[in-house]
Amino acid sequence: MPSSIELTPQIMREIIMDHYSSPRHKMTPKDAADYSTTHSASVNCIDDINVYLKSKDGVVTDALWDGTACAISTASTDIICDLLLGKKDEEALYIIEQYHHMIHEEPYDSSVLEEALAFMNTSKQAARIHCATIGWDAFESIIKEGHCHERG
Amino acid sequence: MIDPLLIRKDFPMYRDHVEMQGKPLIWLDNASTTFKPDCVIEAIERYYKKETSNSHRGDYDLCYQMDQEVMKTRKAVANLIHCKPEEVVFTSGTTEGVNLISFGWAMEHLKKGDEILLNEAEHASNVLPWYKAAKVTGAVVKFVPLTEEGRVSVENLKAAISNKTKIVACAHVTNVLGYIAPIKELAKVAHEHGAIFVMDGAQSVPHMKIDVKDLDVDFLVFSGHKMCGPTGIGVLYGKYSRLEETQPYMSGGGMNDKFNMCGEATFLEPPARFEAGTQHLAGIIGLRAAIEYLQSIGLEEINKYEEELKAYAVKKLEETGNAIIYNAKSEAGIVTFNIKDVFAQDGATYLNSRGIACRSGQHCAKILNDFLKTPATIRASFYFYTTKDDIDALADAVKNGGNYLDAFFN
Repeated sequence: MPSSIELTPQIMREIIMDHYSSPRHKMTPKDAADYSTTHSASVNCIDDINVYLKSKDGVVTDALWDGTACAISTASTDIICDLLLGKKDEEALYIIEQYHHMIHEEPYDSSVLEEALAFMNTSKQAARIHCATIGWDAFESIIKEGHCHERG
Repeated sequence: MIDPLLIRKDFPMYRDHVEMQGKPLIWLDNASTTFKPDCVIEAIERYYKKETSNSHRGDYDLCYQMDQEVMKTRKAVANLIHCKPEEVVFTSGTTEGVNLISFGWAMEHLKKGDEILLNEAEHASNVLPWYKAAKVTGAVVKFVPLTEEGRVSVENLKAAISNKTKIVACAHVTNVLGYIAPIKELAKVAHEHGAIFVMDGAQSVPHMKIDVKDLDVDFLVFSGHKMCGPTGIGVLYGKYSRLEETQPYMSGGGMNDKFNMCGEATFLEPPARFEAGTQHLAGIIGLRAAIEYLQSIGLEEINKYEEELKAYAVKKLEETGNAIIYNAKSEAGIVTFNIKDVFAQDGATYLNSRGIACRSGQHCAKILNDFLKTPATIRASFYFYTTKDDIDALADAVKNGGNYLDAFFN
């Protein structure tokens, strides 16, 4: 998928710093009862976050998060919130799957990742892979649990 | 006089030019673990290649020699900390040592309403085992406040202690801030109130001369791997009378006197009582090599050199104008800091990209963060093989730390 804008390291840095210094989705929902939520923390690092997902008719209508997090986890979690909005569950899971492939240097479909492509170099600092995926894993588990719920 | 460049010739991690991120490794995580000199590696290898045997009551030469080796290490430890060899119990490390005291002494002697006094700077391994003892016995764990500077003080202990206090446990050197606690005075206060004193020596025994008789502590625990020894081996020292009133928390071979099919068993005297099962024999032999190595360099020399490194590091980091230092005045070779406007973990990753191994996080002392008022810090910790060049490299990185995403894009 050729992109119209070449994703230079400079642009990738700016994407990460932008979402770190002014995250769009970092807030605790006022109407928490309307959201599915999960807490995620790691023994290996300081990151300690909650994520919140609201859906209607199988489509994500809001995605939020709050907690303590480094630049990598802040930006990556904030970006997945952007990507999830308006997506059906299966579309969301496809995006998350592609992101994991990218993080682990496997072939992936870059056409769905948008700003998340800024994390394509994460494996250079392997100790930080969990920071780049902590929010993604949390949303993935909520969506998958939701699926079970609907089936049941 | 310590010559770190000469010392480095004894360490394969330096001699073989180990790299990280394609750069020469700069190891500043010695509070976490330390490198091993040839003599330790060779001692372990000798056990596996030429001296393999179990210990205890063997009828053949190799086993007899193994028992001698274990005894020699007990004597080496006794010589290191100034106690009797029979007061030396081998453990897997500091954590097991504290657990042994918690299960074997605290759970036997504490009752509902008794108190265990800790402080806010303690490592998880000197907090959680006491929570367990409190839960089982109905005793209460309380925290003595630190001084404004972050020190453990005799005055604060005096204010907190009562006749309900049965145990005071304290690190000699705290793993985050690196202050030296006034152990002798603290132990005296504990004893005046009828409490025992447990000293965590994980961060002090590797770095300074320790005399348990002079300090008059009831128990001391430390780890081999933080003092150039193998992982998985550590020491519990206990005054012999205290060891006698401690129950084994593991039982099995090597620690029983006799047992029958009615479920009755009698146990051996300390220290064997606490060493159930086959011990980490390679580790025991390696530990002795490490002790002898440290003594050949001189613990007083090591201590003096680390103080010098600490002062140098504080000066260099302050000169960058880009570091927030949390423990500039502490004595040990530990600097806890943050790069301005950079989350600790991002800072540590950036250091990694420059080949510098520092640790970010709460350093297993999670309650301390309420005191430091920051969610996390970076810790650089030194040993006698650390050079001023290592510290210069750290300072240089900190100076440019604002560009921490370089770690991913350069």
